[in-house]
Amino acid sequence: MDSRTEEFLAYVQGGGQAEAGDWLPDEYRQKLIKFIEMHANSELMGVLPERDWILRAPTLQRKLALTAKVQDEVGHAQLIYRVAEDLGKPRDAMLSDLISGKAKFHNVFHYPTRTWGDVGVIAWLVDAAAIISQKALLKCSYAPYARIMKKICWEESFHILHGRDVILAMMTGTDAQRELVQEALNRWWAPLMQFHGNPIPRDEDPMWVWRIKSQGNEDARQQFLEGYVPQIWELGLTVPDPKLRRTDDGVWEYTEPDWDELRAVVTGHGPSSQERLAFRKRFLDQEKWVRETLAA
Amino acid sequence: MIFEVFRQEKKGQAFQHAGSVEAPDAAFADAWAREQYGRRGESVALWLVPRSAVHEVSDWADEFDLKYRRVDGYSIKTRLAEARLRASAKRQQPAA
Repeated sequence: MDSRTEEFLAYVQGGGQAEAGDWLPDEYRQKLIKFIEMHANSELMGVLPERDWILRAPTLQRKLALTAKVQDEVGHAQLIYRVAEDLGKPRDAMLSDLISGKAKFHNVFHYPTRTWGDVGVIAWLVDAAAIISQKALLKCSYAPYARIMKKICWEESFHILHGRDVILAMMTGTDAQRELVQEALNRWWAPLMQFHGNPIPRDEDPMWVWRIKSQGNEDARQQFLEGYVPQIWELGLTVPDPKLRRTDDGVWEYTEPDWDELRAVVTGHGPSSQERLAFRKRFLDQEKWVRETLAA
Repeated sequence: MIFEVFRQEKKGQAFQHAGSVEAPDAAFADAWAREQYGRRGESVALWLVPRSAVHEVSDWADEFDLKYRRVDGYSIKTRLAEARLRASAKRQQPAA
């Protein structure tokens, strides 16, 4: 590491932030691009599981709320791609890397949404897990990313409310509705536990070392469990993990998540990975003329 | 074209940098920035500034040591302590 890079590293580790026009070490820039690109891809791909239910939403109000959520998430993708573009990777390249499978998106967006219960669990718990990761970016050492995260976190808080409302409506409904929620929770629990990544020590995580994010993977998962397991239990739902418990010192114990499954899923081998990528590609091709017309 | 977006949350408050939008011209930038930064009524006004119009100043030379223009240029505390000590020593030893 040259002295300029060392100086920069010490600067960000001391809480310093960089702006778009500043000199950035190459390694830092590459790490940022990769991380931010994956985040943007996840927002863009993340709407597809929910999009499937816009036409099937149970009421007009739910249909409007779900459409608004999808608009928010695509808006987040736009904002985040913009930040990555300023770091030097053109949007075309990011979209083609997404389609070809070279770039990744979050594991939870590789699974199908089987019932309206899944829509509720996604909006409530997947968004809750995501907001924990995203709050850890509010102090990101790259300031333009930190700034847009304020708006994103603010909008995500509506999504969690929307999700809770969907779940509460079902939990106060019929036995069949409660059953739908429980089944959805059973399906989503494993991906949720994998979501924050393997528990590597914070100091070995390059994203922490460069202060791109301000907490380690396991910290995020513990925060999720601490915040949401009691809420799940209070509704009379069962978490499908017999080992799950909170120790006396406040640490949550759980069955080791399947890290091989996580690796397979994020490299395009999830149950819906290829179908979703094909869908995205179809629309990218179909709307090419719009982009070209605007650019002309 | 890239437009930097500044938003004002309430009348009278300072505009703060929020992010940027890429658009072919100001009319499209207007439409997209409204969607991105105002659709929930979170802004009372936006400023859209072409990035190329921003003239940034960030190199601050201080060759002439201009500390006297700043609060940290005056070490009142140390001087005051010294002056008080001196005054009390003088009171205890009346002029010979």
